[in-house]
Amino acid sequence: MKQEIYEKSIDPATRTMLQKAEEEGIDTAWERYEKQLPQCSFGQLGVCCRNCNMGPCRIDPFGEEADRGICGATADIIVARNLLRSIAAGAAAHSDHARDAVLAFKKMSEGEAVSYRIKDTAKLLSLASEYGISCEGESLEEVATRLADILLLEFGKQEGPILCTRRAPEIRLKLWAELGIEPRGIDREIVECMHRTHMGVDNNAVHILLQGLRTGLSDGWGGSMIATDIQDILFGTPQPRRSTVNLGVLSMDKVNVIVHGHEPVLSEMIVEAAEDPELLELAQEKGAAGINVAGICCTGNETLMRHGTPIAGNFLQQELAVITGAVEAMVVDVQCVMPSLGELTGCYHTKFISTSPKADFPNTLRMEFHEDRAYETAKEIIRTAVENFPNRVPEKVAIPEAKQECIVGFSVEAILNALGGSPDPLIEAIKSGAVRGIGAVVGCNNIKVKHNDSHVNLVRELIKNNVLVVTTGCNAIACAEAGLLLPEASELAGEGLKAVCKALGVPPVLHMGSCVDISRILVLSSALANRLGVDISDLPAAGAAPEWMSEKAVSIGAYVVSSGVFTVLGTVPAVLGSQAVTSLLTEGLNDVIGASFAVESDPFKAADLMLKHIDGKRKALGLTSER
Amino acid sequence: MKDIVIRPERCLGCRSCEIACAVAHSESKNLFSAIGEKPAPKKRINLEYVPDLEISLPITCRHCEDAPCVSVCPTKALCQDETTSTVSYTPERCVNCWTCSTVCPRFISLYQMILVMGCWTSSMVSNRGIISRQIKAGIKCDLCEGRDQPACVEACPTHALTLFEREED
Repeated sequence: MKQEIYEKSIDPATRTMLQKAEEEGIDTAWERYEKQLPQCSFGQLGVCCRNCNMGPCRIDPFGEEADRGICGATADIIVARNLLRSIAAGAAAHSDHARDAVLAFKKMSEGEAVSYRIKDTAKLLSLASEYGISCEGESLEEVATRLADILLLEFGKQEGPILCTRRAPEIRLKLWAELGIEPRGIDREIVECMHRTHMGVDNNAVHILLQGLRTGLSDGWGGSMIATDIQDILFGTPQPRRSTVNLGVLSMDKVNVIVHGHEPVLSEMIVEAAEDPELLELAQEKGAAGINVAGICCTGNETLMRHGTPIAGNFLQQELAVITGAVEAMVVDVQCVMPSLGELTGCYHTKFISTSPKADFPNTLRMEFHEDRAYETAKEIIRTAVENFPNRVPEKVAIPEAKQECIVGFSVEAILNALGGSPDPLIEAIKSGAVRGIGAVVGCNNIKVKHNDSHVNLVRELIKNNVLVVTTGCNAIACAEAGLLLPEASELAGEGLKAVCKALGVPPVLHMGSCVDISRILVLSSALANRLGVDISDLPAAGAAPEWMSEKAVSIGAYVVSSGVFTVLGTVPAVLGSQAVTSLLTEGLNDVIGASFAVESDPFKAADLMLKHIDGKRKALGLTSER
Repeated sequence: MKDIVIRPERCLGCRSCEIACAVAHSESKNLFSAIGEKPAPKKRINLEYVPDLEISLPITCRHCEDAPCVSVCPTKALCQDETTSTVSYTPERCVNCWTCSTVCPRFISLYQMILVMGCWTSSMVSNRGIISRQIKAGIKCDLCEGRDQPACVEACPTHALTLFEREED
């Protein structure tokens, strides 16, 4: 069942590179996916348990064979436990990323990481006051140290509360407390997930899922939010700026360095080192016209948001960037980096450089990164890339033409700024019906979905219906590639939204950052809810992850829904093997937490579900229907 | 004619064939919808564990129209319904002569393996058991009419099930 290239992606640059890969006989994720088909049904349904060595056990979904595992666990228990482990892994990924950001911040404040400095003093001071740190008579560095110490405690705390959760509306906090799902400490919740899913511990599906919600909250209103805050202080809070995206941003005559992964701690330094006169001179010596840094995935989003560094692509384009034959160095840190890059870079001159002490891959050049000599390492990495430039094989180089302008950098601060300092104009627009509601569309690429197709079609459908879209992660890159992150894209929007975008000079789709920056969406929704005096679950807002694939997305789903936002998933989570878990997630949660999930792979139908939800919430708030 | 051949040495016991078979014989032909259908879709292939050989293998009787097993059975332990062509098995008449398994196109490779390994009792019991069970449920393997490949063959990750062209005698 071979897919044609046009069936694999909607993006012209991607198709061009898939064609090149085919001609060169190179396999990508698409070919590897075909070799996995048909995929294991037990796995797809979530009814396989490998948590103890009496197993593996699996449940027959058609009820003819085993209906429980050796220990007696039913499909409900197995599915719930597997889901909880996914949430734990996702929350761990986000929160461990946050921990490293805080550790770098602390080292900076203590003078041990001289490459870094405080870029956003206002945000430092506002966070300090939020955390009850008095700044009087103290230097910024001293304040920073104290803030870092308090934030580090959030990870090891035993009895909560995680302080960022206080940003949620009062009424939501009360609900969490009543349900007993207020997170107590970031690390504690993750550890407890692993404990509960060990053989013979938590064996009640509902009880297990409540821990899932609590762990999700420790990510969204904990780890992720801390990561966003600290990165803003260290590297600057994003402000609107122009940039360019897609594989066409790679340069024929410059040294191309790709930063891929998720943590900006290193990529910030790489961006800086790429402007180092010494290295620029070296590049010239090697026959290059300069040094071009481009991003992939969320490392890319972080540098895009703060520096306008171009983005070469989203998750499924990582291999294609190498296949251009024009990448001197693929520099990776953590998360969403395909191990296939090892073998693939071996087919070209590309150096595959792994930098995180936590993450190595096959066939890498190891250049481990530590904060105390951050800039030096970044310079070494750039130097390696520059010295690799003469090894480019001209016959193997083909860079697709497609690239697209975009406007990015919509932090909450930037959005409020665009609105004139208060959320009121947006609230008025929502009340009047000009803006029907807000759609938060986020998430990965997934090989099971035609690349970018669901992302772009869902977002287009929403703006057409006057829903203002906020986006992060790989959805944001997909929207950028489709030209939706431009003020001109408001031509595709409904009349009401178009007028609002024109008045404010903003695109109808606002790029809010990387996947940890979904915390920005939480802060924004909390601000809107507070201003209206309602809960987040009362807002005419809905979320979607049309092409999600990672465990981080599972954690995100858990905290977004626990925060009160109805969320449509575009790919089927591995829970359908349990009727109880499925109906809890898609219906039951509504009564518990005021929001639930829906699964819909058709982006147009998904948009309909979101619109229906938004209209229901508008009606409940007594807002007139838009016309 | 084409038929499924079992290569027991490749079977990992994952039961992918069973689920694929049930889904292929469901209303919706879609895993996620099929699991909710009433009545539940029935599989025509069964993973059996053969203790003597310490292997698992998928067994399925196709109830062939020309049922070679029936024609060679000396005691009429196997017989075929003239209208539905389903094969049935009467254990009381069976004398364990194994002639049937030497002519069954699906079972032949397993039979050869059993000969080599020198232990055969329980495996044959499995095979006949399947015949009886399928009769009781009123279902039989139809080689997934209308598909290029039977669903079980497509689903098997190790190619323990393959579709073979069988030479006519």
